[in-house]
Amino acid sequence: VSDADHQPSRTRVPMPVAALSDPHMGDAAKHPERAEKIIAVIFVLAIVFIALFGAAYWQNWEPWLLGGTIGVGLFLLGFGLTAWGKYLMPQGPFVEERHTLASSREERDAMSAALVERSAVVVKRRKMLGGLFALGAGIFGIVALFPLLRSLGPLPENSLEVTDWRKGTILVDSNGRPVRKDTLVVGGVMTVYPQQTVNPATGYITDNGQAIDQTILIRLSDEPFTTMPGREGWTPDGYVAYSKLCTHLGCPVGLYEQELELLVCPCHQSMFNVRNGAVPQFGPAPRPLPQMHLGYNDQGYLIAMAPYDQAVGPGFWERTT
Amino acid sequence: MSATAAKTKRSAKAAMGPFGHVGKVVDELDDRLGVAKGGRVFLDKIFPDHWSFMLGEISLYSFVVLLATGIFLSLYFVPSTDQVIYHGTYAPLRGQWMSAAYRSTVDISFDVRGGLLVRQMHHWAADIFTGSIIVHMCRIFFTGAFRKPRELNWTIGILMLILAIFEGFIGYSLPDDLISGTGLRIGYSIAESIPLVGSYLVSFLWGGRFPGNIIIPRFYIIHVLIIPLVLIGLLSAHLGLLVRQKHTQFAGEGRTEDNVVGSPMFPTFMAKTTGFLFMVTAATALLGAFAQINPIWQFGSYDASKISYAVQPDWYMGWLDGALRIMPSWEFAGWGHTIPWEVFLPAVVFPGLIFTICLIWPALERRVTGDVAMHNLLDRPRDRPKRTAAGAAMFALLFTLFGASSTDVLANFFHVSLNQVLWFFRFAVIIVPIIAGLVTYQLCKEMQGVHGIGKRKRALIVRLSPQGEYTTVETPPRPDDEHVELEPEPVPVRIDIEPLGNGGDLMPESSPTGVRQVTR
Repeated sequence: VSDADHQPSRTRVPMPVAALSDPHMGDAAKHPERAEKIIAVIFVLAIVFIALFGAAYWQNWEPWLLGGTIGVGLFLLGFGLTAWGKYLMPQGPFVEERHTLASSREERDAMSAALVERSAVVVKRRKMLGGLFALGAGIFGIVALFPLLRSLGPLPENSLEVTDWRKGTILVDSNGRPVRKDTLVVGGVMTVYPQQTVNPATGYITDNGQAIDQTILIRLSDEPFTTMPGREGWTPDGYVAYSKLCTHLGCPVGLYEQELELLVCPCHQSMFNVRNGAVPQFGPAPRPLPQMHLGYNDQGYLIAMAPYDQAVGPGFWERTT
Repeated sequence: MSATAAKTKRSAKAAMGPFGHVGKVVDELDDRLGVAKGGRVFLDKIFPDHWSFMLGEISLYSFVVLLATGIFLSLYFVPSTDQVIYHGTYAPLRGQWMSAAYRSTVDISFDVRGGLLVRQMHHWAADIFTGSIIVHMCRIFFTGAFRKPRELNWTIGILMLILAIFEGFIGYSLPDDLISGTGLRIGYSIAESIPLVGSYLVSFLWGGRFPGNIIIPRFYIIHVLIIPLVLIGLLSAHLGLLVRQKHTQFAGEGRTEDNVVGSPMFPTFMAKTTGFLFMVTAATALLGAFAQINPIWQFGSYDASKISYAVQPDWYMGWLDGALRIMPSWEFAGWGHTIPWEVFLPAVVFPGLIFTICLIWPALERRVTGDVAMHNLLDRPRDRPKRTAAGAAMFALLFTLFGASSTDVLANFFHVSLNQVLWFFRFAVIIVPIIAGLVTYQLCKEMQGVHGIGKRKRALIVRLSPQGEYTTVETPPRPDDEHVELEPEPVPVRIDIEPLGNGGDLMPESSPTGVRQVTR
């Protein structure tokens, strides 16, 4: 208890006035005048650059001039202020006592008692009411999930299993042009889509066509060949087609190594050998790319003879093998 | 007349009280809100002076930059995948069909004044935000600042890191360019890989199959409202707890478990930290001005059937990408179901495990050490070799995985086969963390034994004596070498002043120091 408590007339001043002569309150800089001058110069430069930014913006100069002026200006302003704080303001070190955050034993017990005893009064005496209320709140919690989840989108059903490829679907390129026998030379490669996914408004392929139906068409030879037993006749005139969705994470398998006859996924380097049914040769992809059974229609356009025989793209729980 | 005026002035001044307008405002506020006592304590709050305490400030201020630049961008960005034709300034894209989101991003880059700068600042600030959170977290971890009573604040920090990573990924996806679209597709496939619920999850989130037309608007509102709101809430709690529990500090002269030694909030820390805010902002502005980031106009609008070579995500996703690359293709198929372990394990289970370990680390460590005491003094990492080794092993693991996200680039660069690089990383991801942990442990042990480590070395002067003999002597100590710390001074809470004789004349009109002089 200091004297102050007995002398109510005394004014209490919150600045550590008495310590002005104390080294703790002094400037940290050895040469305060010099520090002040340097900081002043920094501030003046900052003002110049910030004004320059204004001019740059007004005149719509190049972005690097905008960023350069405001960057240098703000940096100098901040640097000057920090230097002011570091060299010309009271550095202490001052000490602040930590006051224990914990309450006294009595206060803690009082709180626990309030919680325990009052809940005993209201809940334990009325167990049925408590149970019913908890049930209601719990059911609400579950029910509330429906608008949070179910409203967001449709059930998946078999959407992950199907594509737009049907028996007889005409293969078109990204501009909607159908593919004929002479579209590709041997060694050529292109991405094809089902004809019905051409967006009539733009003339290009719809997002769905691009994302799900994308198929890579390669002409490996002039003659039909067989990629796998049971797929005889799937490659008319040496054309072979696989789903372009990587079975690892669904990236487009967009790189074709012509000499090795390998399709490479640029995302995680899975490699598929196109001559033997796109079986993965390397990388994390777990399955071959699904192959399309190709043929021609009456007009000589290349068509799918059947939908893909399995889900395209990466694996998921409902996928059957 | 002049006498009357002077008198009025004097009486007005007397009525104003000794502290002028500021005092008046404090009085009025205190009448209504009772701010004087708490406010005074806040102005006197002591901040320990150590450079590592600024790391969290970098996160805070880059978040401020993110909010400011983000508000600017939201005025121009159109979150829609509607197909539109580009008619803007950038000639190579003119006349092309693209999504409205992509077009508006190109417009921000070329046709909005200052738009490109702000866009690049936003992206750089996001990278700095995530990076500085991680470095700040390292400081907290290796010095044991997460120990009782600060476990909750550690947890909040980890949650903010997770949110920052999600926020970054989502923001990266918004422009709907070719590279971000590919990232989004990978994200879709990862969610799809979760057993039982995966296909439902993606169907609900994307409103049907990928890509749909709802994900960009949804991600937009998540990016500009939902996650920032949660982040602001967590950030407030983070800082609130910091003020309530006060800073930790390194041990040193006059520093104990029961005090905090440093410089006061006002004016010293406030000046330094405000200056630092400006400098962090300046750093993002300079990066935005001179370091191009994410030039989306070069990538083209997203087309799910196109891809560019060497696709890599933003750096804070690299470890997950690396984990995906080196995982063997262990898909399970049977009984009418498929479990894509090669995706689910590295991209869902593994990060889940890492973040769970982070979240519960304080409890884990307490269980191992049995240390339930309160800690306000920080550990030196070498004094806790096991914790330091564990942290080093964790980072070695993450860095190795980060390296594994560049297998193709490394194979090209070193002219080795991709297969060799892959197998190298499959082994490295196990061996490197073990070695890093063991080496760190040993280093800590040995550093403990060396006395005086960390002291500044003095240069040696080599002298040749007339007899041709060489001797070395230390240079004379510079002032900072013999660092004698001032004994910390208690913050003067209240100073008692003699009753004043001539009411109101408390101080000279101006004092050279700017500090009020009071007769004692």
